[in-house]
Amino acid sequence: MLARTADNLFWLARSMERADFIARMIEATLRLEYLPRSGVDDPAAEWAGALNAVGVDEAFHATRGEIDEASAIDFLTFDRANPSSICNCLENARANGRAVRTALTVETWTAINDAWLELKRFEATRRAGRDLDREALARFLDYVKKASLDFDGACYRTMLRNDGYWFNRLGIFVERADNTARLLDVKYHLLLPSNEKVGGSLDYFQWVAILRAVSAATAYHWVYRDRVKPWLIADLLILKSAMPRSLIFCYESIDLALDSLARADGRSGAAQRQARAMLATLERASMSEIFQDGLHEFITTFIEDNARLAATISEQYLFV
Amino acid sequence: MGAGGSFDEMGLGGESVRPLYRQIARWLEETPPEVLASRRAQAEYMFRRIGITFGVYGDKDAAERLIPFDIVPRVISRGEWTRLAAGLTQRVNALNMFLRDVYGPRAILRENIVPEELILRNPYYRPEMIGHRAPHDIWVHIAGIDIVRVDENAFYVLEDNARTPSGVSYMLENREVTMRLMPDLFARHRVAPVDDYPDELLACLRSVTPRPSASDASIVLLTPGPFNSAYYEHSFLADKLGVELVEGRDLFVDEEVVFMRTTLGPKRVDVIYRRVDDEFLDPLVFNPESLLGVPGLLGAYLAGNVTIANAVGTGVADDKAIYSYVPELIRFYLSEEPLLQNVPTYRCREPQMLNFVLERLDQLVVKEVNGSGGYGMLVGPHASAAQREFFAAKLKADPANYIAQPTLALSTCPASFDSGISPRHVDLRPFVLSGANGVRIVPGGLTRVALTQGSLVVNSSQGGGTKDTWVVDDDATPGEG
Repeated sequence: MLARTADNLFWLARSMERADFIARMIEATLRLEYLPRSGVDDPAAEWAGALNAVGVDEAFHATRGEIDEASAIDFLTFDRANPSSICNCLENARANGRAVRTALTVETWTAINDAWLELKRFEATRRAGRDLDREALARFLDYVKKASLDFDGACYRTMLRNDGYWFNRLGIFVERADNTARLLDVKYHLLLPSNEKVGGSLDYFQWVAILRAVSAATAYHWVYRDRVKPWLIADLLILKSAMPRSLIFCYESIDLALDSLARADGRSGAAQRQARAMLATLERASMSEIFQDGLHEFITTFIEDNARLAATISEQYLFV
Repeated sequence: MGAGGSFDEMGLGGESVRPLYRQIARWLEETPPEVLASRRAQAEYMFRRIGITFGVYGDKDAAERLIPFDIVPRVISRGEWTRLAAGLTQRVNALNMFLRDVYGPRAILRENIVPEELILRNPYYRPEMIGHRAPHDIWVHIAGIDIVRVDENAFYVLEDNARTPSGVSYMLENREVTMRLMPDLFARHRVAPVDDYPDELLACLRSVTPRPSASDASIVLLTPGPFNSAYYEHSFLADKLGVELVEGRDLFVDEEVVFMRTTLGPKRVDVIYRRVDDEFLDPLVFNPESLLGVPGLLGAYLAGNVTIANAVGTGVADDKAIYSYVPELIRFYLSEEPLLQNVPTYRCREPQMLNFVLERLDQLVVKEVNGSGGYGMLVGPHASAAQREFFAAKLKADPANYIAQPTLALSTCPASFDSGISPRHVDLRPFVLSGANGVRIVPGGLTRVALTQGSLVVNSSQGGGTKDTWVVDDDATPGEG
């Protein structure tokens, strides 16, 4: 496969996955914002957290002033100046897809193209009137999540299991691992109001919001049959193989994709070694150790290692 | 008679429907307008969804505008097609021999059949190719020959496209859409299939590989990239052929051998089906600013290590000034009489012809010798006095750059609009494949239709549309009723 094609497939998948994550972040943050509050609060804290989790807090401050709901949502959805806005994710996905039409099945292309056409309709509505109201925003976010489901489903159901498919999977899971880890990292840092006791109600809803952001609120209860507890959430999102957004699930998938590439090529390299080492670390880890050594340190190291793996994949296959 | 006294291929507006169109006429009559409207809407939806787009130069906002599709198929009888195909084969054979000659022995110049300066000073003549023989003497692997019709029997060649003719993806997609939208109408005819075109093309490209001994020729399609107006077609064809769609930056040349950059490292390339013009192919030889090409490509080609299709330098054969000599080329190289006629063409480079043309600008179509896509032409009868004056000045300043032709009464075919059925002018571009395995033509081609009433300009860059083109067995209208 052409190196450029592989690169496009990888980034196409990352863009679609990221759009989905941003949509979920916005939804979860809106729910948090609707909570009744006691005492003086920083109303922008949740949105700052959301921007941080998506990794665009610096970009936001570069072009905009104070953080508030309207501004944050606009920045995350339709702002062309934000490289990771949903509209830019979908534009990038389509541009990447268009550049490698031959490597996509008709179904996959149609899923991307339909999402893009829908985006154009939303943008036209927006140009015609004002910002989206909450109802229209909800519809928009639903459609973004559906677009990513369509895309993923089309890939899964229609793509040949050859290198194109494995680069697609790599893109999805490298991006997803990054998203889940960033979400954990941000929520770890989130300062609770001083008058709230640890384990208090706002705390509880914060953790539920995390579960919602990765569509795991129901899954949590099936897995633990217990009320929401922060260390179990961390366990679910880091070490539970059954959870499709957990770090370990992402790395099982990455390891499988890289192994499949290596088998087809008859050669294995640094990317395979790094992925295997990260998977082994996750398999050996236990939550008590992670908490003991520091959850923050664990997550930070993971985010760095994940980025390093992406760079190694580029070096080994994509020649960038 | 159709619009303005033109021949209508169905017989629209005339006394009787041509038998070939009996089923279509009945279908048009019986189908309620709202059903036709919904077919038109469905067709547009299908095209938009598959992402068929045709970017139009100089039209920024419409970067992804759809090329319009008319749902009423155009029908050509098997007998008509057989005649056309024989003429097309003959013509393309002559063009290949002509190219071999002008870059080789130049017999045609010695015999004074074609003026020397028309060749040697032609902007598309590539001196780099002098003395080179294309592999298997095939230069024009893929030709798009534009055909127009003026009455029951007369077909003319309007233009030869011997560089990188486009449109074949529309031929294929139009058929898919027609079959899905109007299965009953389709089933009432015996329509020759076109879906083997990609296989024929692949066989053609394989046949000209420079390494016939290698088990599997490595073929790529070279595109200028997603910003090119025909990018959809490039990706569509690469997909159907099952070959890599490459851009210049995906290829490199090492020791006169072409490689592509793959995830497994460099892979040798044998045949390049290029949709990039000559002047952008190799910045070392042609346009040094070109980012679309591959440095060293021409060297690899001349060393015989890669086949480029179409060959470098074929533009000299599709120039409109050379066009007027094609009947003579056929006689010279094949010792045969041309089976397909040219449109009478006045060469403005000849002084008495220039005067003739200037006196009749209001009746003639004037074209730039090297223009394409309907740009830089004057349709005399439809032009304003000011436009004609402007063109007269251009003609006088550079007569050799122009030819003129009578405005033909192009045939019309019925087309479907909100306002009803109405005749529109059409042409036909069949795609002729030449390989070491002979000449192949998939029955049919791309029918282009001038959707503006009365307009004769069918180019998609000028608002033209397309139709599905059915080559139908003469005897047959099966499934009557």
